[in-house]
Amino acid sequence: MVNKATRATDTLIGHDTWNIQLDKNGQLKHFLTIEGLSTELLTSILDTAESFANINEQSVKKVPLLRGKTIANLFFEASTRTRNTFELAAKRLSADVLNVNISTSATSKGETLMDTLQNLQAMQCDMFVVRHNASGAAHYIANRVAPGISVINAGDGSHSHPTQGMLDMFTIRRNKGADFGSLRVAIVGDVLHSRVARSQIHALNILNTGNVRVIAPKTLLPTGIEDMGVEVFNNMEEGIRDADVIIMLRLQKERMQGALLPSEQEFYQMYGLTEKRLSLAKDDAIVMHPGPINRGVEIESSVADGPQSVILDQVTYGISVRMAVMSMALGREAGTSEVEK
Amino acid sequence: MSQLLIKNGLLLDPASELNHKADLYIENGHIVAIDKAPENFSAEQTIDAQDLTVIPGIVDLCARLREPGLENKATIYSETIAAAMSGITTLCCPPDTDPVIDEPAVVELINHKAANAAHSNVLMLGALTTGLKGELLSEMQALQIAGCVGLSNARLPIENTLVLKRAYAYAANCGLTVFIEPDDHWLSAGGCAHDGTIASRLGLKGIPVSAETVALARALEIVAETGVKAHFGRLSSAASVAMIRRAKDDGLNITADVSAHQLHLNELDISSFNSTCHVLPPLRNQRDQEALQRGVADGTLDAICSDHQPHNPDAKEAPFASTEPGISALTTLLPLATRLADQGIIDIETIVRAITSAPASILGMNTGSLSIGASADICIVNRNTNWQLDESNIYSAGKNSPFIGWNFQTRAEHTVIGGVLIHSHQD
Amino acid sequence: MEEIAKPEILLDKLAEQLKTLLTDRSIDQPVMVGIHTGGAWIANALHQKLSFEEPLATLDISFYRDDFSRIGMNPQVKPSKLPPQIDDRHIILVDDVLHTGRTIRAAMNELFDYGRPASITLVCLVERSGREIPIQADVVGQHLHLDKKQHIKLTGPTPLEFVVA
Repeated sequence: MVNKATRATDTLIGHDTWNIQLDKNGQLKHFLTIEGLSTELLTSILDTAESFANINEQSVKKVPLLRGKTIANLFFEASTRTRNTFELAAKRLSADVLNVNISTSATSKGETLMDTLQNLQAMQCDMFVVRHNASGAAHYIANRVAPGISVINAGDGSHSHPTQGMLDMFTIRRNKGADFGSLRVAIVGDVLHSRVARSQIHALNILNTGNVRVIAPKTLLPTGIEDMGVEVFNNMEEGIRDADVIIMLRLQKERMQGALLPSEQEFYQMYGLTEKRLSLAKDDAIVMHPGPINRGVEIESSVADGPQSVILDQVTYGISVRMAVMSMALGREAGTSEVEK
Repeated sequence: MSQLLIKNGLLLDPASELNHKADLYIENGHIVAIDKAPENFSAEQTIDAQDLTVIPGIVDLCARLREPGLENKATIYSETIAAAMSGITTLCCPPDTDPVIDEPAVVELINHKAANAAHSNVLMLGALTTGLKGELLSEMQALQIAGCVGLSNARLPIENTLVLKRAYAYAANCGLTVFIEPDDHWLSAGGCAHDGTIASRLGLKGIPVSAETVALARALEIVAETGVKAHFGRLSSAASVAMIRRAKDDGLNITADVSAHQLHLNELDISSFNSTCHVLPPLRNQRDQEALQRGVADGTLDAICSDHQPHNPDAKEAPFASTEPGISALTTLLPLATRLADQGIIDIETIVRAITSAPASILGMNTGSLSIGASADICIVNRNTNWQLDESNIYSAGKNSPFIGWNFQTRAEHTVIGGVLIHSHQD
Repeated sequence: MEEIAKPEILLDKLAEQLKTLLTDRSIDQPVMVGIHTGGAWIANALHQKLSFEEPLATLDISFYRDDFSRIGMNPQVKPSKLPPQIDDRHIILVDDVLHTGRTIRAAMNELFDYGRPASITLVCLVERSGREIPIQADVVGQHLHLDKKQHIKLTGPTPLEFVVA
C-alpha cells in the first residue's frame, strides 16, 4: 500500500471553523462541513443512517421523530434533485417542509441574505437547509441564526457539501465494509471547483482511508491540494491502478470558457472512465458519481450503467443520510440517562 | 503664536539621532529648541511627558477618507479626527475617490474640507491617468501645482504597457514620484484570498503571488528605463521583498512600504471565513509574513502604513467573497508597529523611522523629525499601558477591524499638530 | 425489599398463563412481537416454549419515543421486523419491564402505523410501580413495588438476570 499523504486535518484546522457545529455537549448542532469532525461522530452519522436505511426499505417509510418541527429549504442556487431528497428526508421524519425559492439574480448581495433570514426566523422554523453559490454562506447563516435553530449545508460555493460526502462514505461502507484502511479511493475530474470533492477528501481522511488520490489535469487542481491529505496524479492510467473505489466528478461546460481545458473530447480522451480504464482498477472496484452524469465526457455509458456502478444507490442512500443528519441535529441534549420504560 | 513645552519625555527620533530624555520647546508651530529653553521662552502650555516617549507625529502613507464619493462609510472630518487621536499627524490619501483626484478642483475640495476640520494634515496623490482608466495621461503638472505630492493609479490596472511607460516618463518630467500598488488584474481578477492551502480548503478563488510579482517586474523595468522616482506600496509576498531588495542593490531609486496588518496576520486568519480579514492584497502565508517583517528590519521596506479603508457595517455583512475588502486601520497603526519592537522582531528605532521620517521623506515633506525648525507635529506615546481595541476606541467611522478584542501596550497619549495640542487621551 | 424470582421461573409462569389466556380468548395464529432489547429476549424464549408457527417479530421503538428532544438520537437502532400484514391479526406484545407505560404507548403507535391489528395482548416479565400512563399488562410474571429512585433492568441474553439499582 502506498504511503498515505499527510493528514492536514490534524494540523491546519484554523480558528473555530468547526466548533460552531457542535453544541456544548459535543453533539451535532449544525452540519456545515466535514472538516474538523471526529471519526466517532462521522461513524455515528453512518450508523444512524443505517437505521434509517432499514426504515426506507420497509413498506411504511415514515416515523414520527420530527413531528411538529418545521424545516425550511433555502435554495439560493437552483437544484431540483438535492432539494427533493432533503424534502423527502424531512417528510419521512414527519416534519413540515417549507420550500423557499430565491432567484439567484437577487441574491448576490448580503442584504438579501440577511433579510431573508430574518423573515424566516419570524416564522419560527427549527432548521434551515441552505444551498448557496458563495463559499462560506452556510457558516455565515449559522453564525447569525437564533439559538436553537440548526443549519444544514446543502452546498456552499466550492467549499463544502457535507451530506453528499457522508452519503458517499455510506455507499463505500455498504459495499466495502467499515475498514477504510484497506481501501484505495480515486477522485477524478474537476477538483478545483468541486465542493463535493473537498467534503469527500475530508471524510475519507477522517475515516482513515488507506490511500486517497485525486486524478486531474493541473488546471483543475487547487493549489496545495496535497496538504489536504491526497496523492496527486495527472495521469489517469497511473492513478486508477488498483483502485477499490472510483469517484467521477462532473465536468461543467463553463470550464472550456475559462481557458482551463481545450475541449470535452480531450478531457474524455485523457480522463474519461472507459471500460478499458476501469479494468486497470481492482476487479471488484465500485464506480461512483455525485450526479448528474455527463455521458461521454466523464464516463462511458456502459460503465455508468454497468455492474460496478453504484450511482443509483447513492441517490437512495442520500435520503437515509439526510434523515440521519436532520434527526441528530434536531434531537440534541442527549444525556447518558437510562432509557425509561 | 503660542509657546508649548513638552517636558520630561524620552525623545526618540532616529532621523535626528535622538534617544534620550529631554525637554522640547515649540513656538509658532515649529520646534525651536531641544534640551535647553531658548531665551525669552515662557510656556503658555506645558505637557508633562514623564514616563512617556516623544516621537515625531506619525506619517501615514495610505489612508482612505472616503470623501468625496463614499460619505456613507466615512468623511474627511471623521477620519482626520480619528487619525489625530491615533497619533497620526499627516496622512496621504490615494486618488480613487469619486470623483477621482484627476482635476485641481477635487484637490481643492479635499484641501478645503481638511482645513475646516483642522485635525491631521491631509496630503493627496493625484491620478496618473484620467479617471484612473489607464488610457490617457492626467494633467499631472496642474495636479502638482494644486498640491498633489505624488501620482498613483491606485489598484486599478494600466493594461497598455506603452501608456504605462509614457505616464511614468511624464511623471518624471514633472519631478513627481509615482506610487505603485503592483497588481496584475488578469491574475487577480475575482480572487479574494491568497492562492494557497487555506483558499483551496475554503473554496475561495485565490490570488497567486505572481499577480503581484508580474506587475512588480513590469513596473520595475519601466521605472528603470524612464528614471522616474517610484514607491511601491502594500507589498504582500516574500518574492516581492526579494525583488525590491535586488532592484535597490542594482541602484534603482525606489522605496517601498507594507501595511501594518500584513506584519501580524496571515492566511490562517481567514480560516473561519472571517470577513474582517478580507483584504487586498490578500493575507498570504506565514513565510511571506516573516519575509515582510525581515524586509522592514533590514530597510528593504522603508515604511509601514495603515492602508486605512473604513467601511459601513453592511459592507462586511455577507459571505466572505461578497464582502468589500479593507480594514479600518488608523488606530492600530501605532500599536501594531511598536508591537513588533515589543516582540523583539524589529528594533524600536527602525519602527519609529518606518512610521515617521521614512514616509515623510517619501512624500517629500518638511516634517517627520524632531529637529530645530521642523514643523511641530509630535506624538507623545505611552509604551507601557494596557488597553483593548473595541468599537468605541477605534475612533474611525469604520469599525471593520480584525484587531477588535486585541490588547495593546502602546497608545498615543497626546498629539500636537503644527504646534497645537490637538488631542489628549482621556480614560 | 421484596424478593424477585429468577427470570427462568417467571418465564415458565408467563408461558403457562399466556397459554391459558389464548385459549380463553380463542386466539389462534397470533403474532408474537418482542420489544428490543429485553422484550425480544423474553419473546424469543416464550416463542420457543410455546412452539408458535408464526415467526417471531421484533420492534424497535427508538423513533417513536416521546423523549426524543430530551435524550436525542440513539445510533444503535435495530430494524423492526414485522410481518408484511398485521391487519386483523392478534398481536402478543412482549416486554421485559413495565414501568411508566411510555414504551408500550410508543410500541402501540408504531404497530398502528403498520396497520390495524384485531387485538393486542401485553405480556411482561415484571411489572413495577410508577405508571404514568393508563396501561396495564394482561400477563405478568411478578408485580413489584419499588421506590421512584429504584430501577430494575434485565441483562442477557444468556444468562438472563435482573439488576436492581
